[in-house]
Amino acid sequence: MNKLRTAVTVAAAIGSMAIGSQTLHAADQVKIGFITTLTTGAASIGKDQENAVNLALEHIDNKMGGKPVELIMADDGFKPEVGKQATDKLVKQDDVDFVAGYIWSHVLLASRKSVLDAGKFLISANAGPSPVAGKLCHENFFSTSWQNDQTPMAMGETLNKKGVKSLYVMAPNYAAGKDMVAGVERTFKGEIVGKDLTKWGKDAQLDFSAELAKAKASGAEGIFVFYPGKAAGAFIKQYEQAGLKDSLPLYTVFTIDSLSLPKLKEGGMKSVLGSSMTQFWSPDLDVPANKKFVADFREKHGTYPSFYAAQAYDSIMLIKSAVDAVDGNLDDMDAMRAAMKKADFPSVRGEFSYGNNHMPIQNFYSRTVVEDADGNWTTEIDQVVLENHQDVYAADCSL
Amino acid sequence: METSILFIQLLNGLQLGILLFLLSAGLTLTFGIMDFVNLAHGALYMLGAFFCATLTLYTGSFLLAVILAIPLTALAGFILEKLVVQHLYQRDHLDHVLATFGLILCIDTIVHSIWGPEGIAIPLPEFLNSQVELLPGIVFPTFRLLIIAIGLAAAAGLYVMVNHTRVGMLIRAGASNRTMVGALGIDISTLFSGVFALGAALAGLAGMLIAPITEASIGMGSDIIITTFVVIIIGGVGSMKGAFLAALLIGLIDTFGRSFLDDLFKLIMSGEAAETAAPAVSAMLIYILMAVILAFRPQGLFPPLTR
Repeated sequence: MNKLRTAVTVAAAIGSMAIGSQTLHAADQVKIGFITTLTTGAASIGKDQENAVNLALEHIDNKMGGKPVELIMADDGFKPEVGKQATDKLVKQDDVDFVAGYIWSHVLLASRKSVLDAGKFLISANAGPSPVAGKLCHENFFSTSWQNDQTPMAMGETLNKKGVKSLYVMAPNYAAGKDMVAGVERTFKGEIVGKDLTKWGKDAQLDFSAELAKAKASGAEGIFVFYPGKAAGAFIKQYEQAGLKDSLPLYTVFTIDSLSLPKLKEGGMKSVLGSSMTQFWSPDLDVPANKKFVADFREKHGTYPSFYAAQAYDSIMLIKSAVDAVDGNLDDMDAMRAAMKKADFPSVRGEFSYGNNHMPIQNFYSRTVVEDADGNWTTEIDQVVLENHQDVYAADCSL
Repeated sequence: METSILFIQLLNGLQLGILLFLLSAGLTLTFGIMDFVNLAHGALYMLGAFFCATLTLYTGSFLLAVILAIPLTALAGFILEKLVVQHLYQRDHLDHVLATFGLILCIDTIVHSIWGPEGIAIPLPEFLNSQVELLPGIVFPTFRLLIIAIGLAAAAGLYVMVNHTRVGMLIRAGASNRTMVGALGIDISTLFSGVFALGAALAGLAGMLIAPITEASIGMGSDIIITTFVVIIIGGVGSMKGAFLAALLIGLIDTFGRSFLDDLFKLIMSGEAAETAAPAVSAMLIYILMAVILAFRPQGLFPPLTR
């Protein structure tokens, strides 16, 4: 028995030595772990982010502060527990300097402690649940996306500007769905004449016949929906089949994007053209960094990048700005943090600043779905609806 | 206006019920008549949708794709029966559950490796993507009307086949006493393969009809199979008439629950409470109905007369 214990101790000691020598090597390079979804039906989002990250690295010759970058992609399997395991591996075994990515709020919330407790930087390239912007804000957490409430708040403002007086609202019945509805309600000044929260989760409701009939009968001047993922395609089809385009104009958030538009085009869902959505960014945003990003992305992959891709691209550029500022001295966390706080990098969204909670203070645009000169379906900026907008949870953050 | 939305929701409920009937008819054939628990019935529904999606992209015509995909799904069912299911008839229900659950995993993985993780949208021809004005002020999507028509035709065809043809007689006889029918010189094994294939074709047809509304996607079968079991339990296991009526009942209850429950709740509670409660309760409605029926009439509403 004693022998066994000795053997285990020796093995453990050798193991930790091996890890120790790995960290030594790591100082010669910048190690970035990127967590996204590479399996399940949501893998197309992860693929888009991976493409954007690789494009960003190509644009900077794979160098930050004079050091080569080692990128480690990891899959969260669309599950918090898998995401946390992948995060733990990145932090403990690979000993990365930055952990970036995270599409899903629940995965980010499950994983954030692993990164922050280990004293690493955590960069969210999509998820923006209210806790990380408010009470759970952290000096080493930065976002290159937005706080969940901001985009629907911009939509409420868009509806006001378009003079919409009455609205029908539909969203899935879960946390983010309710957040999106609350966000619109916070800024929309007209009347909400009807609201449906539909079944979500494992056997999510995908047939919206009854709800669409109600929406039509309600006489509302517009319909606001939030249906991410495969529910988006289902909703748009039924909206089209019900012939509501003219009587009930469509307003969406996080439902129509560069990933779903090619599919909608293939399915001939013309009623989506002309519909409105809001976002902090758009492929046609007239910013040099964005023009380069979109053009090179399209050349390589043939499609418009999604907003997920834009945020992933920015996350790499943000990290570069930090590592450049310290000339590759990765031990100087304070200087790197100060550099990131300045948001001094060519972001694809143009200039923005960071709030006390390290969430971007940025513009939100209303966008219209259009057909471009080559017949591709994309979105075009209509106007700025929220200028330099800060999320409402920043006040709860003690930083 | 109130009557017109009532009428439209009635049609919506009818359409949902018809789809559920197509699925539960196949399940009734296998579970009710052949006494075989087939959890993989939903996988055949999914296969039908994927066959139809691919054929639509190849041929450019949705209707042609459906006509071709139905025999294809039946063939898939036939092969499945010969390879796996046939060897399980003599085993007990738990073995059926285990084996067909395994089949779900296999078929899901096969579909994943052929068609990829993303769903496939099925484009409809222009004339099906439009709406019909049934009565002044009452406009209904054409495709949903087509679903109702096809479903009713399938129901009528099944009724005639099971009750008024020789094949139907053999199916009923085989279900009552397998050994006796075999002793009379009927090839019972081929007969059951055929019935299984018929069930597969019906499930596949349901998948083909729903896919243009949602999409062909992995796991679509598992989402709906539970509701389908609820239908055949409420209708009375093994009864085709029961399955038909229960499917319509569930379709209507589900649709009306989603449509009017929140307004109903607002009469007795605050607006906010109603908004929270209504979606939760309407999602439970069909299970509440099943529980009530199981408590007062465990054999279902219309149990088959033969047993």
